[in-house]
Amino acid sequence: MSVSVRVPTILRTYTKDAAEVSAEGETVQAVLADLDANYPGIRGRIVDDNGKIRRFVNVYVGDEDVRFAQGVDTPTEAGTQVSIIPAVAGGC
Amino acid sequence: MAITATETETTAPGAFGPAAALSCRECGERYDLAPRFACEFCFGPLEVAYEFGSVTREAIQSGPNNIWRYAGLLPVPGNVAELPNMNPGLTPLVRADRLAAELGMRSLHVKDDSANPTHSFKDRVVAMAVEAARTFGFRTLSCSSTGNLAGAVGAASARAGFRSCVFIPAGLEEGKIVMAAVYGGQVVAIDGSYDDVNRFCSELIGDPAGEDWGFVNVNLRPYYAEGSKTLAYEIAEQLGWKLPEQIIVPIASGSQLTKIDKGFRELVELSLVEDRPYKVFGAQATGCSPVAAAYEEGHDVIQPVKPDTIAKSLAIGNPADGPYVLDVCRRTGGAVARVDDAAVVDSISLLARTEGVFAETAGGVTTGVLRKLLDEGSLDPAAETVVLNTGDGLKTLNAVEAGVTATIKPSLDVFKEAGLF
Ligand SMILES: Cc1ncc(COP(=O)(O)O)c(C=O)c1O
Ligand SMILES: [Zn+2]
Repeated sequence: MSVSVRVPTILRTYTKDAAEVSAEGETVQAVLADLDANYPGIRGRIVDDNGKIRRFVNVYVGDEDVRFAQGVDTPTEAGTQVSIIPAVAGGC
Repeated sequence: MAITATETETTAPGAFGPAAALSCRECGERYDLAPRFACEFCFGPLEVAYEFGSVTREAIQSGPNNIWRYAGLLPVPGNVAELPNMNPGLTPLVRADRLAAELGMRSLHVKDDSANPTHSFKDRVVAMAVEAARTFGFRTLSCSSTGNLAGAVGAASARAGFRSCVFIPAGLEEGKIVMAAVYGGQVVAIDGSYDDVNRFCSELIGDPAGEDWGFVNVNLRPYYAEGSKTLAYEIAEQLGWKLPEQIIVPIASGSQLTKIDKGFRELVELSLVEDRPYKVFGAQATGCSPVAAAYEEGHDVIQPVKPDTIAKSLAIGNPADGPYVLDVCRRTGGAVARVDDAAVVDSISLLARTEGVFAETAGGVTTGVLRKLLDEGSLDPAAETVVLNTGDGLKTLNAVEAGVTATIKPSLDVFKEAGLF
């Protein structure tokens, strides 16, 4: 179950500047765990100590904000794109 | 990496006037003035921190009749008024006696920002972004927009000599699409909601395709957002250097509301006005009211929603500044309230009929919330109150049903028979 993960500029120090990396896992949670195995520390930037997505981070599976789906339990089908994005943009 | 390459360029001293640094609203970490918007440590929003010089009422009053009279309080160079830009601001503060009488209020003003060059308050924020883009050497100005911002970016880019490419959700009001496109930039409609557009733009920033692009509300957001402080400065100056006691502000991302509060606090800090308690009230349309919902339920976190309202300019389901709006409204003793689309339409007519101010749907939301809060007793009818109209009704004509009273032959007899005099 390989997915592609888009990494925001702020987190690219972990991925050696790669904007897009691949990861394994059937849910967002599993994908983040796999990411952390390859890029140690990155998971803790995205979720808090209780495993919840941090206040100023948005995680998308495909086009869907996982807050509208099952949060970190949202399924990540093979080939889908997971995006991690700072939440502070906007002002319309 | 595009952003980092730009960040390493040093900016000329004074390019940002009194602005000293960017600082994280969450953890306080400070950064150089660069095109960055989120904290490296906590992802929190960055905002401009200042070291103000001496700013006096006299100096302000002898300045230009636009926002540049407050240049000493903004992240812009000292000679900003000489640079090619739209010169927005100093819009009328309309004394709304007839509306006040109808609502049973003692002192009410409408701050009418439809008088700005592209007919919304967005010219204020874009003016800041243009200066930052000039300084950082961006060639293309861009934004994610619910319409008004797109128009403001198109116009300001044309005047300042930038290429522009703006992104809007498909299905916007025609008036806003025309206003965005007429200035000659690219207008790209995205098949999705504003929140989808916003996500797309955030990803474009991190991609080589977005290299050298200044997104006014993404990588230039800290500078851009400061433009809304000028609303606070103008209202205070127009009231005779006094803070209003109550103010009602529409919420989309919530940025404007938080910056109006910042502006009021700066005026007190700099002794330009006397300290006086003021209450900030936020206004949303029921069909997109995640901040009002959190306020009512006593939550600190905002649960995003999928918008469905005629107030498209306020249709942000995941407002970036939502938590800070809650902070401001709670700290000042205000509130966040919502009204449905029928009340929005009604309130557009009310404002037009009583004060001759034709608001777009956002102004209908704000006026509707004014009326609702008065009915509920959470707004003091005796206190000095300001309600914002942030955009022009000509942009959302479809929202209202107004037409001719009668069609007649050019005949005095027919006119008299019709009982029209
Ligand atoms: C007319 C109008 N009023 C108010 C707003 C709200 O702005 P903010 O995102 O700063 O809350 C917008 C945003 O597009 C707008 O177009
Ligand atoms: Zn921080």
